[in-house]
Amino acid sequence: MPYAAIYIPDFLVAATARMEPALRRKAVAVLEGTPPVVTVAATNEAAAEVGIELGMTKLQAAAYPVELRQRSPAQEAAAHAALLDCAQAFSPRVEDTAADTVVLDIAGLERLFGPPAKLAQDLQQHASALALEANVAVAANPDAAILAARGFAGVTIIPPGKQAEYLGSLPIDVLQVAPEILGTLDRWRVRNLRALAALPEMALVERLGQEGLRLEKLARGTVERPLVPAEPPVAFEETMELEYPVALLEPLAFILGRLLEQLCARLEARALATNELRLALVLDIAEGDEEVSRSSFLVPRENQASDEKREIRNEKHYCLRLPLPMLDARLFLKLLQLELRTRPPAAPVVKVTLEAEPVKPRPAQGGLFLPATPAPDRLELTLARLAGIVGEQEIGAAEVLDTHRPDAFQMKRFAPFVALPSRQLSVWAPLPTLALRRFRPPLAATVEVHGGEPVRIVAGEIRGEVASVYGPWRSSGDWWERKTPRIDKDEHGSNWARDEWDIAMTGNHGIVLYRIYRALTSGAWFVEGTYD
Amino acid sequence: MSALCVVPFPACDRQALARIAGVVPASRLGVRPRPETISTGIPQVDELTGGVPRGGLTEIFGPASSGRTSLLHALLAQATAREEVCALVDVSDAFDPHSAQAAGVDLKRVLWVRCGRKVSRSSLLISRKNHASAGKRETRNEKLVPVEQALRALDLLLQGGGFGLVAIDLGDIPPEIARRVPLTSWFRFRRAVENTAMALVVVEQKASAKSCASLVLKTKHSAISHQQSVKAGTVPTHARLLHGMQLEVEVLNSRILQRKPVRSAMTSFDSRASWVG
Repeated sequence: MPYAAIYIPDFLVAATARMEPALRRKAVAVLEGTPPVVTVAATNEAAAEVGIELGMTKLQAAAYPVELRQRSPAQEAAAHAALLDCAQAFSPRVEDTAADTVVLDIAGLERLFGPPAKLAQDLQQHASALALEANVAVAANPDAAILAARGFAGVTIIPPGKQAEYLGSLPIDVLQVAPEILGTLDRWRVRNLRALAALPEMALVERLGQEGLRLEKLARGTVERPLVPAEPPVAFEETMELEYPVALLEPLAFILGRLLEQLCARLEARALATNELRLALVLDIAEGDEEVSRSSFLVPRENQASDEKREIRNEKHYCLRLPLPMLDARLFLKLLQLELRTRPPAAPVVKVTLEAEPVKPRPAQGGLFLPATPAPDRLELTLARLAGIVGEQEIGAAEVLDTHRPDAFQMKRFAPFVALPSRQLSVWAPLPTLALRRFRPPLAATVEVHGGEPVRIVAGEIRGEVASVYGPWRSSGDWWERKTPRIDKDEHGSNWARDEWDIAMTGNHGIVLYRIYRALTSGAWFVEGTYD
Repeated sequence: MSALCVVPFPACDRQALARIAGVVPASRLGVRPRPETISTGIPQVDELTGGVPRGGLTEIFGPASSGRTSLLHALLAQATAREEVCALVDVSDAFDPHSAQAAGVDLKRVLWVRCGRKVSRSSLLISRKNHASAGKRETRNEKLVPVEQALRALDLLLQGGGFGLVAIDLGDIPPEIARRVPLTSWFRFRRAVENTAMALVVVEQKASAKSCASLVLKTKHSAISHQQSVKAGTVPTHARLLHGMQLEVEVLNSRILQRKPVRSAMTSFDSRASWVG
């Protein structure tokens, strides 16, 4: 039963360089610790060649021509998740061996991906697409595959039964054993796995115990153990900590573009899409600015009250909800840019975290005879741009509320792609219906009443004698509510009562029909709209 | 001496030759293919106009209470019944979802863009600047803000594409403001919908798109009809019910059928109130 192992050399450096492709060809050293004790935790090969050693202080390392980066656990977690995604794209049985190593069971995958050599090449290419330079090895058992991936660069295929032959040339430190055992083996002049495999079993157990026997079996490539499959990660999150605060939208968009590309590549590897993107920005706010920032962040928004609650101290959260599952990094970037332009952060950004809600994509087959509809991605972009012009709350689909309150409706998110029930022609009124054009808010009017009927009206530019009157019709509602509305406007959740009239007035271009009403709670008159 | 003899080419042979060679007579070059049209939902208007053209700009203009909005609602109802996605750019936030629903409009398929409710930052700056200099100019600019917003929104919607019907409602905008929309904008909008399945409809008080429009309809109110429950004597006002209006539609310009503008033609229809059974 063959296994493939994927190993990322210099994982700490690779995790850092994943978001900065320019670092891949340079000498890089990763630092850890808090000042003043900051030391080199990892280096790549190029950095080691120029003389950087592990444990050097930051000051010492700075004397060499290397790029120094602070270690970021969030970036390492994202790189590890990407590594798992890469493996999961090929096989459902994946073992999460270490942060830099995963093993996958490739039995039965030949029909899908071809022979092991091709599969290994594909794995390496896939890892490269996720910005990870990986070593891939295929062997008959997991441990042989792991040792080969750690020891040989590139792609290695070990034929069944030839593990000892292939692994023999590897140095003893690929076994990652305790330093004291390594010291003992060094004293015995056991420098590679071939030498270790040649030692007699009994003598080794007598001197090193069961650990010695395990090491010898590893060196021979004969360890048989079951694979421990890992649960696939459900969080798709990418993080970047910035060395310097970013104050402009353009460089921030550049960073977001990187994160989105990685996120989309990971989702694509798992054949997933997203319908919700969450962006968290950590802002660079000094202690004194805290109150200012808090007040500016906690501007209430009607639809995203829950999101606002999450905004604590120096963090700003954005949430992008999409009507359909999508997977387009460029579209997401544009939408985020529009959102950031609408609600810019109040301070420079020092850390960016982007999280995607994974959902299954919903492929749709367009019907040949169905009417054309806007493409979901383009419509989403258009809506975001429209929101920037007229306001987020001013676009959408109107939904009439189940109440008799006049002009009671709410704006809903415009999503024509959700399966809507088709209308039948018989539902329509056979004749065109008289439409009302509303004044929002209603125009306050001064009305002269004679014999209980309005005879003259003055409301801004509307003024003159009333030619015909129809009404009144009395209506009221929400009388169980104690709250009385303000004189100039109806408020939801407050009681209302009114006498409504339809009046005709002679204007410059003929007769104009208006709907007027008298609010019984206040006695004030209003012009509600014109019939047109 | 030889005699020159001219033999006339038979007419039937000439036609056959033209057919074979694929030659189109010059007299037929001016005939455009008839554009696809969509029904207005009002048989009288359909009979008169042939419908609203797709890939063209239709102007519906008239004074208040002339039936412009009723016609627009009828159009939206027809389009949404065909499961098309529509957009309405509402310049003065006058759209009434209740009466639209009563007219048969499927509101879930109509993207409603309400302009003028949020003044953008740049517009605010202009407004403040004018406040310092001249109050009159500021008032004019305030009225212009929703129009500017609407034109930008319309641009985006037309670029996005995929809509069956896109309407812009300038019905409450004074003609002197609406006329300030440059003709080039209307040309741009017409070009944007050309060769698409979108129908662009403009509702206003006075025609302003002029030659850019494929169809220009003028609406007029002719009479009010009402019902009364008391037959004789002095009728109290509450015994009378507004039943509807009789409206007239006049075609001032149409490029649907012919290249040359048609002469004026008129029809009338009844628009009834939603509470009339």
